[in-house]
Amino acid sequence: MTLMQKFLGAAAGLALSAGAAAAEPAIIFDLGGKFDKSFNEAAYNGATRWAEETGEQFREIELQSDAQREQALRRFAEAGANPIVMAGFAFASALGEVAGDYPDTSFVIIDMVVDAPNVRSVVFNEHEGSYLVGKMAAMASESNTVGFIGGMDIPLIRKFACGYAQGVKAANPDATVVANMTGTTPAAWNDPVKGGELTRAQISQGADVVYAAAGGTGVGVLQTAADEGILSIGVDSNQNYLHPGKVLTSMMKRVDNAVYNAFKDGPGLSTGFNVMGLANEGVGYALDENNAALVSDEMKAAVDDAAQKIISGEITVHDYMSDESCPALSF
Amino acid sequence: MDFVTLLQILDSTLRLATPLLLACLAGLFSERAGIFDIGLEGKMLAAAFLSAAVAAVSGNVWVGLLAGIAASMALSIIHGLASITFRGNQLISGVAINFLAAGITVLVSQSWFKQGGRTPSLEGPARFESWTLPLANTLEPIPILGPIYKELISGHTPLVYVALLAVPFTWYVLFRTRFGLRLRAVGENPAAVDTAGVSVVGLRYAAVAICGVLCGIAGAYLATGLQAGFVKDMSAGRGFIALAALIFAKWRPWYALWACLLFGLFSAIETRPDVIEALIGVKVQVQLLGALPYIMTVVILAGFVGKAIPPRAGGEPYVKER
Repeated sequence: MTLMQKFLGAAAGLALSAGAAAAEPAIIFDLGGKFDKSFNEAAYNGATRWAEETGEQFREIELQSDAQREQALRRFAEAGANPIVMAGFAFASALGEVAGDYPDTSFVIIDMVVDAPNVRSVVFNEHEGSYLVGKMAAMASESNTVGFIGGMDIPLIRKFACGYAQGVKAANPDATVVANMTGTTPAAWNDPVKGGELTRAQISQGADVVYAAAGGTGVGVLQTAADEGILSIGVDSNQNYLHPGKVLTSMMKRVDNAVYNAFKDGPGLSTGFNVMGLANEGVGYALDENNAALVSDEMKAAVDDAAQKIISGEITVHDYMSDESCPALSF
Repeated sequence: MDFVTLLQILDSTLRLATPLLLACLAGLFSERAGIFDIGLEGKMLAAAFLSAAVAAVSGNVWVGLLAGIAASMALSIIHGLASITFRGNQLISGVAINFLAAGITVLVSQSWFKQGGRTPSLEGPARFESWTLPLANTLEPIPILGPIYKELISGHTPLVYVALLAVPFTWYVLFRTRFGLRLRAVGENPAAVDTAGVSVVGLRYAAVAICGVLCGIAGAYLATGLQAGFVKDMSAGRGFIALAALIFAKWRPWYALWACLLFGLFSAIETRPDVIEALIGVKVQVQLLGALPYIMTVVILAGFVGKAIPPRAGGEPYVKER
């Protein structure tokens, strides 16, 4: 037996044993990267929480390019991973192709809807959470001008912007919302320099509170806002701790709960449409010791009141993605 | 548009043009010596990472700057070895450097700081503070010139002034010294330089090293001057815009300054769509402004506006005897 054959044999044995392993859950992170302090990191935290509580393991991959989506999905499905969670709207078309080929595998996609019998589609009511922080921004603003900085210009981010603008207008109909997007390519998620420059531009237009829904770019927005002495609002994860006393609040999107639930439900989880909103604590605003001094009792009362009204249906926040238009903001 | 807004846009232009200008001059040295370098992006990224990391650990931004330059130099030496000593393809070596930098920065940063490929936020002496130039406050009451001096010229981080001074310095070195003459000759006709008894390899290594230093400063400026820490892929294509600016400037230092300021102005206006709308009365998609540097470079390359002729021996490894 030559050395080469030995290697090949060993590799084949390894592949077989990997395939025979018990059904581990798997998670695929999107291009922003596992540790973006925001969306993907929340997904990662949910997965780790599950692993710590159960003592079991999960498989994971961080994508490097768009072309890997279908490949990564197929590889996990072939290897017997179940369920497979995808963090990101961009997986929709790849999952549409793959889901039918593996009817026994459960898939969970976050932020997008894929209609297949073995897919759970988790969507968040970001517009509701953004409405709440918009309301806080308008109440905290002294110049009656607030800013919004988005990452890549996609309908999902416009949904954040639109909910935010509605919240601002609800608290103060005369307030101005300045909205900018960082770019149109995935590079827009990781450009803190441009985020900082956009923040300065918004400050020169009078903004004194900025809301960043921009992944890694948001790190630059929060930094520049803290440097220039204005307030900022974080997104997805609780980012209040990044600049204590200078981040008004964070719009929490509990991606971690979505991932945790999916892992806990395990193979054969319930499929279909799963909406995480204010009512089931899928979204909300962050309040901790880092921003306690910034949030007045009046502000908190107003926001909690609005949250109750949204849950009871008394207030309807318009969802940009429902008709691609926004009553409170023009793009 | 009022005067204050104009000043703010120009101020933003200067900040955004600085990393482009440094990287563009870096490319200028390298390409004038006949070594194409599309690894500017990767070198900036590596320098941004190491400068932020070392500044965070040591608490001194100047130490961070040196570390950033060292990181960029290390990649330059790899590029030099591959393309000068081993006569490999310069474009492939450049691409490899970009990939290497994109991966290794996140990897090292994650195992070092455990903050997911970010470095800790820099504070106080660990980041560059803006300099207020002498008399800035005294001269402010003078109409027009006072605010221009205070807002536009004063109040930047030291590296901005380094970048601006690098332009006349580059011009002097390349066009007024013996070293510069030889360096340019190596990019046009290395055989002639070799015949004159001057080391082609030595000159090319020198050019690549200067390129490393300038890229290092550019990267350090991103992470410790404009921002306060490293985030993965934070160079965001600026190395490629700098290359476009280099072609736009037809490989000349003063033109490079204007090209980078122009490209910087585009990105500055991109952040103020309201100003464009007020100026021309039509809502322009900001994406168009983002694409303009590339469009203009293509126009120049196609020969519509003058002709951009690269150094003749560019991209060719020098072989002494065939």
